[in-house]
Amino acid sequence: MATPRPEQAQKVLSLYKQLLRQSSQFGNYNFREYAKRRTRDAFRENKNVEEERRVQELVQEGLNQLHLLKRQTMISQFYKHDRLVVEGGLSGKDKSGKVLRQKDTGWD
Amino acid sequence: MRHRRDRQYAGRRRATATNSVPPTEEETFLPPTSRTIFFSRTMATLAPSAIRQASRLASKSALAATPRRGLQQLSRVAAAPVQRAAGKRCYVTESKRDNAQVQTETAIRLNRKELEKSGLTITSENGSTEHVSPMADVLKSATIMDEGQRPIYMDMQATTPLDPRVLDAMMPFYTGFYGNPHSRTHAYGWESEKAVEDARQHIASLIGADPKEIIFTSGATESNNMSIKGVARFFGRSGKKKHIITSQTEHKCVLDSCRHLQDEGFEVTYLPVESTGLVNLEKLKAAIRPDTMLVSIMSVNNEIGVIQPIEEIGKICRANKVFFHTDAAQAVGKIPLDVNAMNIDLMSISSHKIYGPKGIGACYVRRRPRVRIDPIISGGGQERGLRSGTLAPALVVGFGEACRIAKQEMEYDSKRIKSLSDRLLKGLLSMEHTSQNGDANHFYPGCVNVSFAYVEGESLLMALKDIALSSGSACTSASLEPSYVLRALGNSDESAHSSIRFGIGRFTTEQEIDYVLKAVTERVDFLRELSPLWELVQEGVDLNTIEWSQH
Repeated sequence: MATPRPEQAQKVLSLYKQLLRQSSQFGNYNFREYAKRRTRDAFRENKNVEEERRVQELVQEGLNQLHLLKRQTMISQFYKHDRLVVEGGLSGKDKSGKVLRQKDTGWD
Repeated sequence: MRHRRDRQYAGRRRATATNSVPPTEEETFLPPTSRTIFFSRTMATLAPSAIRQASRLASKSALAATPRRGLQQLSRVAAAPVQRAAGKRCYVTESKRDNAQVQTETAIRLNRKELEKSGLTITSENGSTEHVSPMADVLKSATIMDEGQRPIYMDMQATTPLDPRVLDAMMPFYTGFYGNPHSRTHAYGWESEKAVEDARQHIASLIGADPKEIIFTSGATESNNMSIKGVARFFGRSGKKKHIITSQTEHKCVLDSCRHLQDEGFEVTYLPVESTGLVNLEKLKAAIRPDTMLVSIMSVNNEIGVIQPIEEIGKICRANKVFFHTDAAQAVGKIPLDVNAMNIDLMSISSHKIYGPKGIGACYVRRRPRVRIDPIISGGGQERGLRSGTLAPALVVGFGEACRIAKQEMEYDSKRIKSLSDRLLKGLLSMEHTSQNGDANHFYPGCVNVSFAYVEGESLLMALKDIALSSGSACTSASLEPSYVLRALGNSDESAHSSIRFGIGRFTTEQEIDYVLKAVTERVDFLRELSPLWELVQEGVDLNTIEWSQH
């Protein structure tokens, strides 16, 4: 964010972090990944925006999205389902390194 | 004698849970019945489940040879102090208090303990390892629980998940704004009406229409029925026009509506398609007759994803003064559409294919030049009298929001879906003896239909239980009959049987695509290894040259 004012840059960065943090609270794998990806892509897409007014608009939009995320992640925390077969990665290992997928779910 | 009967039926009497039995002299004298009365009085304050449990126990033991035991246990449940006093008079050994109690609390605690032992409640970074019901988890604890069990969703042509942003827009209408949008006399109605009109605006702007031309229906099937039957019946009245043209690869609801109209005396031409799935424009031109009133061709096929040349078809129809209806359930929000540029007169839209709620759709009906249709549903005259019935504001708002998001995100989504689709197609086609169904240049990338030769499609679907896939449209997936769409392309029955449709959407991830590729490759190889035909193919024998011995 090449804004002239450093406090503005600080604000944007904080919003970005908050959005990412909130996105990772989704219970549903697909929504979680989408929210994180969309946040990253949106910030990357607009990283060269210089115009003060436009930056303000984008920040406002980001704030709206943050409020939306807060509500929707809460709902998704209420209604939880089993995890998808892909969660834990292709190798069947989680980030912790434990071997997770032992049963081949397709054959029984 | 009287007393014994009393005791035997005490359980039943207790279940009535009222103090309808006056404490007579007899009963105060006899301990079991006196307890019964106490019980029936305390009963009213107890939880109903405990009552049920207790009375079940009582009736069981009442039937057995020792009716007294059941009674005692029962009385312990509710009337512990009385029981202690009365216990001395019992001639059956006292059992522990807890025996007859419903120990729900400890039962749950036990489960929790076991859960914790197997590491189930450890929350990972994304917080998704917590589980709703502890019982369901115990049942599954035979397998390692951090592993997911839910299949990947790859059937986006059947339906799509509801976007959280859409749900967020809908929630107020399920919690607070419950007014009927057709109420004109109060604010509840006005706020709902405003929301509905805003949603209508979003839908109209997605397809380049005027908001007044959007008619809300229950879904694309109703829109298709309304358009085809409506136009046919309206023009059928004057008796001048009675011919409809459609294609062989249409959705079942279009084909069935046409079949129905044939019974009513209309004539229908089912245009054949090329082996790529595209409609031949010359054949279409040749099929148009002076008494043709309607051409119905779908924009994007639901099974093979082929995009028809809508603009050209629209031009031909306008030139011949024939109404053009298109079933755009699979196209709206995924490819750019403009009803004016494409000369579309009627269009069916579905909400749940664009991450909106299920149970709502819309029909675009052109106003200039006006398309007149005979309404199927009559009533209060809502929606310009074409589709009466109160609208569901929550669904309409969700649909509108889904359209707004689809318009805003179309560029981003299509870029992403294209890259995922390329990745999937490249991987699948790099396997031996696989082919893509439909035109490779004119298809919506989110719908990839691939045939795996020498593999039974149904058995492959069974083998791919960890991926939610389908071999064709959801309507026909229950039957083993091969897809009529693929047969219309000229595919053999075997090839139609062995084809699978992969749907990619907004929420599909790269990881899922890689998983699908890995799983499909492994299992196709496995199934082929089992097949004797595959062995012959590997040896270089052309299966068509084999003369199978006759019996």
